[in-house]
Amino acid sequence: MRYRTPIKGALGLGSAKDGVHHWWMQRLTAIALVPLVLWFSFSLISYAGADYEVVREWIASPLVAVLLVVLLASVFFHAQLGLQVVLEDYIHLEWLRIASIVLMKFATVLLALAGILAVLRIALGA
Amino acid sequence: MPTKQRPLSPHIQVYRPQITSAMSICHRISGVALAIGTLLLTYWLVAAAAGPEAYAGAQSLLGGFFGKLILFGFTAALFYHLCNGIRHLMWDTGFGFDMPTVYRSGYAVMIAAGVLTVLVWLLALILGGS
Repeated sequence: MRYRTPIKGALGLGSAKDGVHHWWMQRLTAIALVPLVLWFSFSLISYAGADYEVVREWIASPLVAVLLVVLLASVFFHAQLGLQVVLEDYIHLEWLRIASIVLMKFATVLLALAGILAVLRIALGA
Repeated sequence: MPTKQRPLSPHIQVYRPQITSAMSICHRISGVALAIGTLLLTYWLVAAAAGPEAYAGAQSLLGGFFGKLILFGFTAALFYHLCNGIRHLMWDTGFGFDMPTVYRSGYAVMIAAGVLTVLVWLLALILGGS
């Protein structure tokens, strides 16, 4: 006899309650990061050693600013998902595992926002 | 019932390392290293936003020998993780699971990551002039 209600299968969320959300987000950000990382790495070739004004001008151009914001959001979202799995795998002390995951999530959000705000400040001329 | 401390799979003590398992753990190690290294990206952008003095500080830190060494390691980890990530995305679509293909794609990832790393640094040293 089946005790499971049909809604469980219909929702497809399983025991973790969020289904394949974590896995899917990791893949989506990974796909987005392939062109973004290649673009950023090869752009930096000409701007890595450049003067302050030149670099600011590059960051401030509309397309670059948007791409940098998308890059920062994707990078830190992707890093946060990956680091969560690593911490879950290797930290066996429960309170330490939960505490480090919470701290790591806070840190990645903080770093993402700091980077995005820096890009916006340069782009908007503040 | 208390269970004995049984060894868990994989038995690292008796496990013969292969390129497949080594590349798998390298994907995770490079991912963690990149997450920490991305601090530098935020630092560089925040310094550029803060002003000329802060930016000059960031440039001298990242442009020095030690900074360049860290950035080279970061680039190598980045391109390895990128290429092996594409390999993982290929697996996600259900292709490339037979052993010859797994090995071939593994070697392809190592070659591509090496070529991209060397290419970016060669171009940066020729064109960047710093």
